[in-house]
Amino acid sequence: MSVYYTKEHEWVRIEGDTATVGISDFAQGQLGDVVFVEVPEAGRVVAKGGEAAVVESVKAASDVYAPVGGTVTEGNQAVVDEPSLVNTDPEGEGWFFKLTLSDAGELDGLMNADQYKEYCGTL
Amino acid sequence: MSEPEKTLPLDGWHRARGARMVPFAGYHMPVQYEGIMAEHLWTRASAGLFDVSHMGQLIIAGPEAEKGLESLLPADLAILKDGRLRYSLLLNVEGGIIDDLMITRRGEHFYTVVNGATKYGDIEQLEGRLPRTVVVDHVKEQALLALQGPKAVDALSRLVPGVEELGFMTGAAFEIGAARAWISRSGYTGEDGFEISIQARDAETVASLLADQEEVKPIGLGARDSLRLEAGLPLYGHDLDYATTPVEADLGFAISKRRRAEGGFAGWHRIMKELAEGPIRKRVGLAIEGRQPVREGATMVDAEGNEVGKVTSGGFSPSLGAPIAMAYVPLAYSMPGTSVSLASRGKIFTGIVTPMPFVPHRYHRKGGPK
Repeated sequence: MSVYYTKEHEWVRIEGDTATVGISDFAQGQLGDVVFVEVPEAGRVVAKGGEAAVVESVKAASDVYAPVGGTVTEGNQAVVDEPSLVNTDPEGEGWFFKLTLSDAGELDGLMNADQYKEYCGTL
Repeated sequence: MSEPEKTLPLDGWHRARGARMVPFAGYHMPVQYEGIMAEHLWTRASAGLFDVSHMGQLIIAGPEAEKGLESLLPADLAILKDGRLRYSLLLNVEGGIIDDLMITRRGEHFYTVVNGATKYGDIEQLEGRLPRTVVVDHVKEQALLALQGPKAVDALSRLVPGVEELGFMTGAAFEIGAARAWISRSGYTGEDGFEISIQARDAETVASLLADQEEVKPIGLGARDSLRLEAGLPLYGHDLDYATTPVEADLGFAISKRRRAEGGFAGWHRIMKELAEGPIRKRVGLAIEGRQPVREGATMVDAEGNEVGKVTSGGFSPSLGAPIAMAYVPLAYSMPGTSVSLASRGKIFTGIVTPMPFVPHRYHRKGGPK
């Protein structure tokens, strides 16, 4: 199992050819209290870097981009019903969607946890 | 912002308390401390301390000040008693709103608080349009704090005995600690509360005194915005602008009875016509169906998809747990209960016209009508 991060503050956890996607702890801290989440439906095909989900806090709306391309297998109904999960457990229960990875090569260029931590330090 | 970013008296104080600072109105301002939701709910339940030192504090003086100001504002200043405040509007000749403000008769002068982002323009307007005998003094060395919430009176009266005697929209001079303060019972949250004008050099001491009270937490601009939205209070530059009249903005209460009868203020011909015949469009509150907020910039569309109105403020109401908004809609759509369609983020939302405030005001009115 490996976890990668994007410069747009998504994380993606890879288990076999399944990728689970969410937003980072840094991102939820910047957004503040999350009040609304929209996740993609199973079967939707998303491209790397394409808009895949929406997250809104009290003060702002943000798009969540797919860190890698693939076919969505599940959107997390739990965060739709309880958006504050994104604040309380962003890199666990607060995941947004799972997809079947179409091209493992798309993981190249994503950051690992240490690189991402360093990147956040520069912001 | 054309103005360079400047530092306000409490800049270091906010940072030391963990505030997240953002550029606002040409200054660095605290947008939040622990989080907008928690700060918002704390203010509604207890008391929140807001630094609003970016706002412009003006002293307008001279024998012709009252008459001169009445030519620019639709307020009845002649009947404004000493130590009393009015909400008013600085108007252009077309009846559009240059700024919204609070004006207090304070002895021989008028003390006025105007918006931070518009204060320099306001001063230019006042200096250019008031009689030459009237002096406009921008009191830059004053800080301004607001203490808002149902327990604000408990916290402040412990430090300032007698302040609890103030009724809503009245003010007086007090001492807090060793500092001289002008305190009014007023604010921008819909709650009971106070606004406290002190010298910049006393700001840290007074802010700490207040924040040390068990009822009080410092609150950022983020919650200030969500609180005022729930209270149905417009924000200049968003819900009000040069092209909007007080009648369109549903601020008819700010046009005093005598001024309606007599006119004689900037833009009054248009404003009288709109009062008599109704404006073309009107500011209304909207309850948004579903959970997703509809924000400033969203458009109202008719059945054919034509843009017929716009959302000027919108967000999630922490107190109601639902999205709310303010919008300008055609008069025919302004009755409570009317359903309107809004286009936002590539989707159509439904808004229901809802009387404002969304959350009831809890002002401390002393005897008699407001």
